[in-house]
Amino acid sequence: MSDTTATTIGATTEPEGPQLLSWDSRARRVVTIYVPLACFLVILLFPFYWMGITTFKPNSELLNYKDNNPFWISSPTLDNIRKLLFETDYPRWLTTTMAVAFASTALSLVSSVLAAYAIQRLRFRGSNYVGLAIYIAYLVPPSILFIPLAQVVFQLGLFDTPFALILTYPTFLIPFCTWLLIGYFKSIPYELEECALIDGASRLQILRRITLPLAVPGLISAGIFAFTLSWNEFIYALAFISSTEKKTVPVAILTELVQGDVYHWGSLMAGALLGSLPVAIFYSFFVEYYVSSLTGAVKE
Amino acid sequence: MATVSIRSVRKAFGSTEVLHGVDVEVQDGEFVILVGPSGCGKSTLLRMIAGLENITRGEIAIGGRVVNNVAPKERDIAMVFQNYALYPHMTVRDNMAFSLKLAKAPPAVISDKVGRAADILGLTPYLDRYPRQLSGGQRQRVAMGRAIVRDPQVFLFDEPLSNLDAKLRVQMRAEIKDLHQRLKTTTVYVTHDQIEAMTMADKIVVMHAGNVEQIGAPLELYDRPANLFVAGFIGSPAMNFFKGRVESGAFRFDGAQLPLPRAAPGVNGASVIYGVRPEHWQLSADGIDAVVHVLEPTGSETQVMARIADTPVVCAFRERITAQPGESIRIAPDPALVHLFDEKTGVRLN
Ligand SMILES: Nc1ncnc2c1ncn2[C@@H]1O[C@H](COP(=O)(O)OP(=O)(O)OP(=O)(O)O)[C@@H](O)[C@H]1O
Ligand SMILES: [Mg+2]
Repeated sequence: MSDTTATTIGATTEPEGPQLLSWDSRARRVVTIYVPLACFLVILLFPFYWMGITTFKPNSELLNYKDNNPFWISSPTLDNIRKLLFETDYPRWLTTTMAVAFASTALSLVSSVLAAYAIQRLRFRGSNYVGLAIYIAYLVPPSILFIPLAQVVFQLGLFDTPFALILTYPTFLIPFCTWLLIGYFKSIPYELEECALIDGASRLQILRRITLPLAVPGLISAGIFAFTLSWNEFIYALAFISSTEKKTVPVAILTELVQGDVYHWGSLMAGALLGSLPVAIFYSFFVEYYVSSLTGAVKE
Repeated sequence: MATVSIRSVRKAFGSTEVLHGVDVEVQDGEFVILVGPSGCGKSTLLRMIAGLENITRGEIAIGGRVVNNVAPKERDIAMVFQNYALYPHMTVRDNMAFSLKLAKAPPAVISDKVGRAADILGLTPYLDRYPRQLSGGQRQRVAMGRAIVRDPQVFLFDEPLSNLDAKLRVQMRAEIKDLHQRLKTTTVYVTHDQIEAMTMADKIVVMHAGNVEQIGAPLELYDRPANLFVAGFIGSPAMNFFKGRVESGAFRFDGAQLPLPRAAPGVNGASVIYGVRPEHWQLSADGIDAVVHVLEPTGSETQVMARIADTPVVCAFRERITAQPGESIRIAPDPALVHLFDEKTGVRLN
């Protein structure tokens, strides 16, 4: 993604004057675009690099950086990954996290589509206030909300089950997705729906056959956001799950791979690396849509 | 096909009333055009017929059935929007078939109807394209195709040609008229272009600021405008108006005088507005002096911007004019084609 940004910006500032200017403007371009971009990339990617090399480092190399270059691996090993996959519940954590993320994302998307459509298009009495209320709900920080939610989770007997997470994540996912989709629905011309109304469609048919197909980029970015947020969620997962084998990846690697004050750095990093791969892969499929939904509206 | 009756219809958005009691009768198969300046409430009225706006007061009946509380889809109408409102994610074929699919028509019937409409509109080669791959005129035709496949009782058009360039507009004007003559479907058509109204309509409804000013056949409005507004709105270039008094059998203003129409009883001594269409001036040796400012020869006729005393006038002559700017010509109106209006109310007097 950063690559495309760089080339498009470069292309628009392509020097058009005589040769004389070209060195000057190339230098300027390097200073104004490539140098800041490079700094940005280095700062952004360094933690991933560190995570990557630590994953494949034997412990001896990791702990002794006087004799070894800390930025490089001399004898790479798969030991950490093997330990993670076969000596811990990591595969279970991963599947749990994935299942929870998918379920809560799906649940939130469905609710948000209906809520956003009603608020933006049906304009029922007080729809503005409902929209505002949903937004305010989003402003309550999870670090406060988990206390009353814990009560609810206990009462419903959901404690230490995946449902505790699937049903609580939407408390922050729905407001987020609803607001994103309200903005997206707003960009779809009203006439299309009026025309469909005259053509004989019911509200639900309009939603399904006109609005949603046109809102696909918006749905995808809402989906990605929701998926990422639930994948990385920490507080609820920490508070509502206690059994080791039911934990999600972010909580599990922290609670299970740090024993007392012993940090299993290799496995920890391996866990983090494997844990961020699904999100990265998921992202890469939809980058196009994602960018277009943030930058463009529906055009006829 | 059906009649449309609009009876004392009012519309308010919040506390502002934008239609103040509109009555229009549309006969079966008639092509009626709502025309008026921007903001006069034409679209609002059309949308009320379609069921997209509710009716504050009064009633609207389609085919004798009052539809005030009938949903748009049950009114059996089709509407063409100004920006066409084509579904961007559907091909031309799917756009046209959408309403039939919703009505659960059998696939054979759908493809037959879509094929026939595409044939009428010359869209057959484009059936598998998306709207974004069409030109403005083609999109316009798709919008009409979507309306005609449904074979509705009433067509509603809201300024369908205003996004097209001048040449294409003339062509589509003819096509829509031709289509109407073929299908004979009752049509209500909104435009602010009086030429479109004059050339296409069976009946014109002139609206102004939420009121109907006059209803009549195009030539009726041209020949006998009911008031100043209609007189000024219909006709291009616009009618010339002179403000003055009727005294001893003639119209006097600024020290000049003009002949009165024959049928103008009881206006002696009254303050009136005297109207002459540009094309109803004649060059005449016993006319009044007009100083020429600008000459605009178009070949078939010559438009002359001139001044009589201090009042600007526009004349259109079939003859070639040899006068130069600054010179004066003598012109006279045809008394049979002169219009008199009350100065205060603007109502026609003759
Ligand atoms: N939803 C609305 N809320 C408030 N006022 C409205 C609304 N829709 C239209 N109006 C007002 O009603 C009046 C008539 O609008 P309308 O769209 O019918 O005009 P129009 O004759 O179609 O004009 P145009 O030729 O520019 O399309 C305008 O003064 C407009 O401001
Ligand atoms: Mg309008």
